[in-house]
Amino acid sequence: MLSMSTNNLSYNDQGGSDSAVEVGQETTPTSSNAGAGFGLFSTNFKKNDDLKEMLESNKDSLKLDAMKRIIALIAKGKNASELFPAVVKNVASKNIELKKLVYVYLVRYAEEQQDLALLSISTFQRALKDPNQLIRASALRVLSSIRVPIIVPIMMLAIKEAASDMSPYVRKTSAHAIQKLYSLDPDQKEHLIEVIDKLLKDKSTLVAGSVVMAFEEVCPDRIDLIHKNYRKLCNLLVDVEEWGQVVIITMLTRYARTQFTSPWKEDGLFDENSETAFYESDEKKTKNGDEKKSYVMDPDHRLLLRNTKPLLQSRNTAVVVSVAQLYWHLAPKHEVGVITKSLVRLLRSHREVQYVVLQNIATMSIQRKGMFEPYMKSFYVRSTDATHIKSLKLEILTSLANEANISTILREFQTYVKSQDKQFAAGTIQAIGRCATNISEVTDTCLQGLVLLLSNRDETVVAESVVVIKKLLQTQPTQHSDIIKHMAKLFDNIAVPMARASILWLMGEYCERVPQIAPDVLRKMAKSFTSEEDIVKLQTVNLAAKLYLTNSKQTKLLTQYILNLGKYDQNYDIRDRTRFIRQLIVPNEKSGALGKYARRILLAPKPAPVLESTYKDRDRYQLGTLSHTINTKASGYLELSDWPAVAPDQSVRNVEVIEPVKEWAPSLGKTGKSKLSKSSDDKFYSDSGEEEEKGSGSSSSDDSSSSSSEESSSEAESDEEKSSEESDKSSSQSEKSSSESDSEQKKTTKKPPQKKTVKPTAKDSDSDENGNVAKETSSSSAEETSSGSESGSDADSHSGTEHKKKTKSKAKPKVSGPAFVPEKSHDLLHRMTGKGLSAQYQFPRQPCLYQPTMVSVQISLTNTTDHPLEQIHIGDRSPTGLNMHCFNTIECLLPEASVTVSLGVDFNDSTQAANFQLCTKEDQFSVSIQPAVGELFLPATMTEQDFRKEQGKLLGMNESSATITMAAENTTRQPISRQVATVANLGVVLSGQDNIHRFAGKTASSGAVVLVTVELRESSAALITINTEKSVMGPMLLRDLKSALARA
Amino acid sequence: MINSLFLINPSGEIFLEKHWKSVVSRSVCDYFLEAKEKALEPEDVPPVIHTPHHYLISIYRDKLFFLSVIQTEVPPLFVIEFLHRVAEMIQDYFGECSETVVKDHMVMVYELLEEMLDNGFPLATESNVLKEMIRPPTILRSVVNTLTGTSNVGDTLPTGQLSTIPWRRAGVRYTNNEAYFDVVEEIDAILDQSGTTVFAEIQGVVEACVKLSGMPDLTLSFMNPRLLDDVSFHPCVRYKLWESERVLSFIPPDGNFTLMTYHVNAQNLVAIPVYVKQSISFFECGSDGRLDVTVGPKQTMGKTVEGVMVTVHLPKTILSINLTATQGSYTYDNGTKLLVWDIGKLNPQKLPNLRGSLSLQAGAPKPEENPSLNIDLKIQQLAISGLKVNRLDMFGEKYKPFKGVKYITKAGKFQVRT
Repeated sequence: MLSMSTNNLSYNDQGGSDSAVEVGQETTPTSSNAGAGFGLFSTNFKKNDDLKEMLESNKDSLKLDAMKRIIALIAKGKNASELFPAVVKNVASKNIELKKLVYVYLVRYAEEQQDLALLSISTFQRALKDPNQLIRASALRVLSSIRVPIIVPIMMLAIKEAASDMSPYVRKTSAHAIQKLYSLDPDQKEHLIEVIDKLLKDKSTLVAGSVVMAFEEVCPDRIDLIHKNYRKLCNLLVDVEEWGQVVIITMLTRYARTQFTSPWKEDGLFDENSETAFYESDEKKTKNGDEKKSYVMDPDHRLLLRNTKPLLQSRNTAVVVSVAQLYWHLAPKHEVGVITKSLVRLLRSHREVQYVVLQNIATMSIQRKGMFEPYMKSFYVRSTDATHIKSLKLEILTSLANEANISTILREFQTYVKSQDKQFAAGTIQAIGRCATNISEVTDTCLQGLVLLLSNRDETVVAESVVVIKKLLQTQPTQHSDIIKHMAKLFDNIAVPMARASILWLMGEYCERVPQIAPDVLRKMAKSFTSEEDIVKLQTVNLAAKLYLTNSKQTKLLTQYILNLGKYDQNYDIRDRTRFIRQLIVPNEKSGALGKYARRILLAPKPAPVLESTYKDRDRYQLGTLSHTINTKASGYLELSDWPAVAPDQSVRNVEVIEPVKEWAPSLGKTGKSKLSKSSDDKFYSDSGEEEEKGSGSSSSDDSSSSSSEESSSEAESDEEKSSEESDKSSSQSEKSSSESDSEQKKTTKKPPQKKTVKPTAKDSDSDENGNVAKETSSSSAEETSSGSESGSDADSHSGTEHKKKTKSKAKPKVSGPAFVPEKSHDLLHRMTGKGLSAQYQFPRQPCLYQPTMVSVQISLTNTTDHPLEQIHIGDRSPTGLNMHCFNTIECLLPEASVTVSLGVDFNDSTQAANFQLCTKEDQFSVSIQPAVGELFLPATMTEQDFRKEQGKLLGMNESSATITMAAENTTRQPISRQVATVANLGVVLSGQDNIHRFAGKTASSGAVVLVTVELRESSAALITINTEKSVMGPMLLRDLKSALARA
Repeated sequence: MINSLFLINPSGEIFLEKHWKSVVSRSVCDYFLEAKEKALEPEDVPPVIHTPHHYLISIYRDKLFFLSVIQTEVPPLFVIEFLHRVAEMIQDYFGECSETVVKDHMVMVYELLEEMLDNGFPLATESNVLKEMIRPPTILRSVVNTLTGTSNVGDTLPTGQLSTIPWRRAGVRYTNNEAYFDVVEEIDAILDQSGTTVFAEIQGVVEACVKLSGMPDLTLSFMNPRLLDDVSFHPCVRYKLWESERVLSFIPPDGNFTLMTYHVNAQNLVAIPVYVKQSISFFECGSDGRLDVTVGPKQTMGKTVEGVMVTVHLPKTILSINLTATQGSYTYDNGTKLLVWDIGKLNPQKLPNLRGSLSLQAGAPKPEENPSLNIDLKIQQLAISGLKVNRLDMFGEKYKPFKGVKYITKAGKFQVRT
């Protein structure tokens, strides 16, 4: 009992004696002890004795029972602190449940019982060394929660040790402990920052969220700690648990605003939603050489935007909103649109979620109407909505109103005005007023509507209408004298003071327009003056004064009467006003120079009030924050800084560690999601490298998820996202290639016409999606080939004729130019394994110049070392019989230089890899080229007739077919042709039927005919048939086509 | 972040409190209780309240207030989302979320709360992880525990907590392996007086109940995924694969969970399954009015409409009502002026009708607006958007699971203005 009265700090204020009673009652049912009636003191004493006894017994089950009862007391907010000595003895118990309950108790009361709490410390120190990670972690949790200043050094030590624990779970706990220690003793800040720095480097997703939280709480200004971890955090983000995601995203938003330049400058030129603006800006990023646009987004900035976007699909509303605010604060204006749908989706969630989301939308919709306008109907109010939700929806609808939709909105508002919820009806009238001022076309309509409302039976509605009409009239007073007259008529029936005052003010202000009525109104007011509300009296005095000045003949006596009444009013404001007015307007000897100006003072033109949203200035707070919600700065709010004019050094984020090993593991967990989760500088820039790897993986393994992003483009929305990603990818690619192949680029940019001659067919299919790289390499391939004999002009003529109607039918299929050249290039030799020599290969799909049975392959070699590489050539090859046309030995490749060479390989119509050695003067590297089956063909042109004839010969075993469900967008000719052409180097056969698409080619080595038919059935099903005598290639091709066409 | 949590019942009694940092006096709740007094309905209490030293963020759910105390800046949704998780956790553990349930399992709830947050930051919120640490109560287990002295508290760290798939516990074993998916669609609509649709949309959710042994890797595909306009997923769904192939590929949590929620493409016209003919009128002179409501099936795709219910908030000035229903029964609460007409199954041959007279309080003016009708309904074996599950494949495990898909359409916020 003693401890109870001394040690309970805040707690006892409310529940001293009360809790004692409760303790008694609480335990009576469980023990048959009937002593509850003996008064407070004895009962309490007894009960605690009982519990103490149980705690001191030998049986764990009794102890457990006691602890459970104690915890139940704590949960109810009752005081159980006097049991501390008895409880603390059990801290070393073997029973895990008992131990946990004791921990819970300790955390709750240790601060109040510091001396006794110290007894338990040694137990925790021992537990910190326990082999069980759960025990280590919970010991640290409790130790750090005991808010006793003496143990700060012990805590510090424990945190430091835990920060390098094997178990990520313990490390996570240590991140939490940092915050606890910091709040206990801020002097430890410097040491704690060291630990934070260490934990920030942690690669575990488990730790990331917690340590960023600690960072935010302890040292949010130490942005420099983030630099090195920025890319890792971005890449880990999808795999971090949802709560950590929120914290990390918020922190990264702040970080990005200090490190990157604004992406908004040029955007201002474009209409936010227009297609052209989108493509233009897309181009802007791909052609970074273009001097017209100076802004190039930092790849790290892009990385953040790209890696957060999938999280818009999170089930956790806090994550969605945090990504939304990140896009709002960081993304180029034309990309912000992607968050709209997700935010609107959240409106289906719980009421409280709706409330916060609507607030954020309200702020956004003021600046960017276009974002939410298509979803206007989602903001329609239901009679079942809570009051604050209603008014927020009203707010948003008002912000969204424009010339086009105003009639719909007004119709909707008409329903709301009739609502039983009068508060809401009044809000609607204000909203109508705002619409009327904002959109001049409807001002008259609104005004008429409001005037009709004046005859409403409900007082609040009428009053609100009067007030709004007053404001509206003030903006354009000239033509509305009849409305004023109408209001004067209604005046007798209106009782709400504010409305009466408003009408009186209107009379006075525009008394010259209603010269007949105004004096009459004044007469009525003189009669009822004494019984009016103060605000009405003030306006009566005002009206009297104004009338006196304009029409003194009629109103002189009335005015004097009213001024006399006012002089003796109970309210001093009114007495003051009366005195002031009298001196001003009634000429007498005492009135000085001011009297002359009375007219100018009282009848000065007054500026119209501006009706604007209450959310107008909320954007000074970061969206999604508590401060934004309450519209005041919450404690601990961190300002979002403005964009820097010049970006700080980008290289601070470079990380030296490079992980060349990229595994392809489609197996467990979220590997599918976390493709980007390996952190290395190199990795980041060479996104394309990763794509390739996946591509080749899919062609060899059975996995259908080849992620060549150029193939998938679905609805307008995802298309847009896609290509924005695309543009970014190509920008990073181009950056890479510009460093790698400087000379190359110069050459190619000088010869733009060649680009067109090489790939005229590809152009119409997906011109926007071909990044720089593709153009460069293919044009350089043109160079290569044109230096040979037949050159691209041949290919040109073929592909040109392909689109024209064939007149001459040929019995033998003739090789034509490629319908499409994939931009994909594959890694042949990584620069890490190649000791600085890196090589990439690509299939240009040109007929091989050296031998018709060969497939031509293009290899681009780059020297990334700082010394020249000499005598690059091809060494041994396997299988030994491999027929290959090598390139001429490259005598010398200078540092940073790159060169493209072409190669002919006879794959002998199999997808077996061609292995050979790439040699320099000093080294030999084993490399292999793995062709996708589609690359082993050459396109052929033939007529539909010939096609049928050939197909007739290749039935039975030579035919393989499958029915698939086509992706939605793959149902027309263009996308189908493109998808097929991407997978395989085949020519299009012109077909008379709309639903059947035919493609023909022949294999490179043996020249066997390959025929592909895609027949569309009803409801997006399609039958793919492949006829070829190559019974291995048929099914392989079929598989590739299936996955390409079914993909969305 | 989150400092304290208070559970408060509708009458304002605080029956549970939990502090994760220093103790905050429960007198802080007075600000909230004051706001609660002011609000007409519990739903009208503002979710975020600003007091001189604290910020109070609360949710109202299952007739309980969950009130959290915050001291520094934190995204409000972070807290709101967490509070809802607490409510879901209680529901998940004890079958329902109510004051009695919490009071009955006070200690366990307290222990759970202790595990969910550390220093106010979420530590374990996945139900699969929590259930390994603190096992939910079952009758069998409580008997076993008393006999053997074992406890409900796990002594090792749940595997989920460390893995990249925290939502699934390890070592799951079932004798019957089964996976059920419920596609539940809700129609949100506002119809105006004449019955034309002002606004209608379909929201859907795929609820799953997966009881499969080991580590199954499931792939669920739809016949017509392009219907889905906007989706959100359980963290287990691989987003990349959805983006590229429009299939749901995931390693499921064990037990019940919400796999995805979706919104159906706005361009598709929404089929409204019922029509409502209504006339509610009040006579200008006498204190009298009439009500006549008929409900009939409209676009039901050949299915029967069940569980039809009409809820009306009558104006406050109504004194009494005298109605007859040709089908079902109606209840009327004169205190809240709430009229509920429970119709049941719709029979197209004989349309249910509710009609009769309303009498107003003497001298009260004719109500300005007619009350709107809220409709509730249910259609079994139909997803109104036409969404169909194509197939479910399982990889990674050898056994053959039993699979099932159920469709159901319900009315969401379905309102008829009168």
